[in-house]
Amino acid sequence: MKTFPIGGVHPPENKITAGSKIQKLAVSESVIIPVSQHIGAPATVSVNKGDTVKAGQIIATFKGFVSVNIHSSVSGKVNKIDTVIDSSGYKQTAVFIDVEGDEWLETIDRTDELKTEIRLSAEEIIKKCQESGIVGLGGATFPSHVKLTIPAGKKCDLLIINGVECEPYLTSDHRLMLEYGREILIGVSILMKALKVDRALIGIENNKTDAISHLNSLAGSFKGIDICPLKVKYPQGAEKQLIKALTKREVPSGRLPVDVNVVVHNIGTAFAVYEAVQKNKPLIERVVTITGKTLPAPGNYFVRIGTPVKKLIEAAGGLPENTGKIISGGPMMGKALVNADVPVVKGTSGIILFPEEESARMESQVCIRCAKCISVCPMGLEPYLLMSLSQRDLFERAEKEHITDCMECGSCSYICPAGRPLLDYIRLGKSTVLRMIRERVVK
Amino acid sequence: MSSTVLITVACLSLIAFLSAVILYFVAQKFKVFEDPRIDEVQAILPAANCGGCGFAGCRNLAEALVKAETFEGLNCPVGGAEIMDQVAKILGKEAPAVEPKVAVLRCNGTPEFRAKTSRYEGASDCRIAHSLYQGETDCSYGCFGLGDCVRACTFGAIYINTETGLPVISDEKCVSCGACVKACPRKLIELRKKAKKDRKIYVACSNCDKGGPARRACKVACIGCGRCQKVCEFDAIKIENNLAYVDAAKCTFCRKCVAECPTGSILEINFPPRKPKADIKTETVNA
Repeated sequence: MKTFPIGGVHPPENKITAGSKIQKLAVSESVIIPVSQHIGAPATVSVNKGDTVKAGQIIATFKGFVSVNIHSSVSGKVNKIDTVIDSSGYKQTAVFIDVEGDEWLETIDRTDELKTEIRLSAEEIIKKCQESGIVGLGGATFPSHVKLTIPAGKKCDLLIINGVECEPYLTSDHRLMLEYGREILIGVSILMKALKVDRALIGIENNKTDAISHLNSLAGSFKGIDICPLKVKYPQGAEKQLIKALTKREVPSGRLPVDVNVVVHNIGTAFAVYEAVQKNKPLIERVVTITGKTLPAPGNYFVRIGTPVKKLIEAAGGLPENTGKIISGGPMMGKALVNADVPVVKGTSGIILFPEEESARMESQVCIRCAKCISVCPMGLEPYLLMSLSQRDLFERAEKEHITDCMECGSCSYICPAGRPLLDYIRLGKSTVLRMIRERVVK
Repeated sequence: MSSTVLITVACLSLIAFLSAVILYFVAQKFKVFEDPRIDEVQAILPAANCGGCGFAGCRNLAEALVKAETFEGLNCPVGGAEIMDQVAKILGKEAPAVEPKVAVLRCNGTPEFRAKTSRYEGASDCRIAHSLYQGETDCSYGCFGLGDCVRACTFGAIYINTETGLPVISDEKCVSCGACVKACPRKLIELRKKAKKDRKIYVACSNCDKGGPARRACKVACIGCGRCQKVCEFDAIKIENNLAYVDAAKCTFCRKCVAECPTGSILEINFPPRKPKADIKTETVNA
């Protein structure tokens, strides 16, 4: 079975919610919608305090190419435009809406009817993605229309759909594949049309055999879509690793997948594209896994964007007493939240609650030169070296050691027997080196 | 037997002599002239190589000093006026008077004033904490207390007070090299003009939020109310981005602003205690 060749780890899977059907979370009485939920320029707020909005209505318009629209996920009145601490850990501008009823824009098709015929042209699909606020739902939230626009002089011959979900605990993509397989495959066909390619591969790790066989049984009626089971290994969901595993093509250092004629999209994104293009429904809700070993009723929910995380925790049975950390995203790459009032945003794939004893960090000790971090690094880097270079401010040297190739999967920190904060320092070094490179370009 | 020895000695001596001659001419040809005064100046400089002058090390400053026509813009903050006068004597130039400075921390968010709302467990490095989130309190401008400034200071002038969690800068040891200013990711340290008896009046806050959120995050935050600006007779206080700033060049240490500040964010340091007056709260902090 296929997998990527170097590095990788096997954290315990803990996919507690793999068998729970996706439920709809009740609309909260108020939502907080940040205007920057994607990589790129924040959207510009286009509503005022006191305005009445409907679900699906644009409340912030995109600014520039690498930016998308933000829509209201509920109907109600704009209470205020203020700042809120979001999952970035800093205050960001957000639109606060008090919910009144649940009225949607008439243009949105809310029926369950499956629409197979793709009427829009490639250009229209790309435009629709930006207008509907579609971003990469795997967690990176890179605007999808940017990835669908192939730069001049480059070509794309293959679309890869990421159904790997290699992070432990998370099951939102898994459930989506099981319950909305047809919609996803239509979404993939739409993406193929936008990219003008005739072949698509869906990579799924073989701990999700039910999803593999389900999609396999459906894929027969779709032209050019193949389902590829993959051996379980973290971080297979990383773009470069997935491409290598499925096609043996290697994305060179500092380049993008399109340089090897591939574009990668997430399963969740394919579903959102189906809803946007066929049902005219902008990205106003997403599947979120709420899980944790101590949580009474973990599950998967369709959550309106902007719903405070605490509502989700309440639905799952309330906050256990000994909770040490609330993580947004997966346990490997996710981020601890400052409080439970943080709103669910487009990039929130899961909320994981860790009890005190499991969330505590190991005390950092001296490096024992075991080189485990080197053997698990999927990018073939030397994490111990990059860490000490960053610690000593030797950023030029770190650049030569390809620190910018690090995709922050956290395998090194996970495996380190001395509990060293490898990734913390590598991230610091990487952001400093990227800033140095930008400054050089400006000069 | 003896002739072998003689021939060997003679040959080696000849090679040695020829090499010496070649080396002499090569040395003459490629001689690099270096002003001997550079060495002299370098010997006087403190040899801390702290970079406070803007050069990579003391030798680079010495070279620049010898080359320069006037001392304009060249100054060793570590050595101060004394060293610069000696350098000036060697070089036969005049050292302009540069006012000595000292570093101050523009944050007073002790746990007493600034309640903790979360707990940070990551690597003990301010830059990393700064890149991750706003910090353990609700103030996204204040000090983390993880000691990047302490590690940056080569003069041992800074330590973290374990009770307040904030760095303390020693007025005697600080040479105003500016290493801590560069190290702080939140730009909380400022080099201010040194006054007599190390007296200081400054706004110990860097929070640019509006009054309400700033005050909720920290009891001693500057809320940008502008009362200090109104009370100041010397036009020394400016308010920008909801934050007051006391201009050390204009401040006359009258202490009116300190008494006026509703949150107590303006600190007076190394002043004698005030005479007790009914409506003025005494808040003298000794560094």
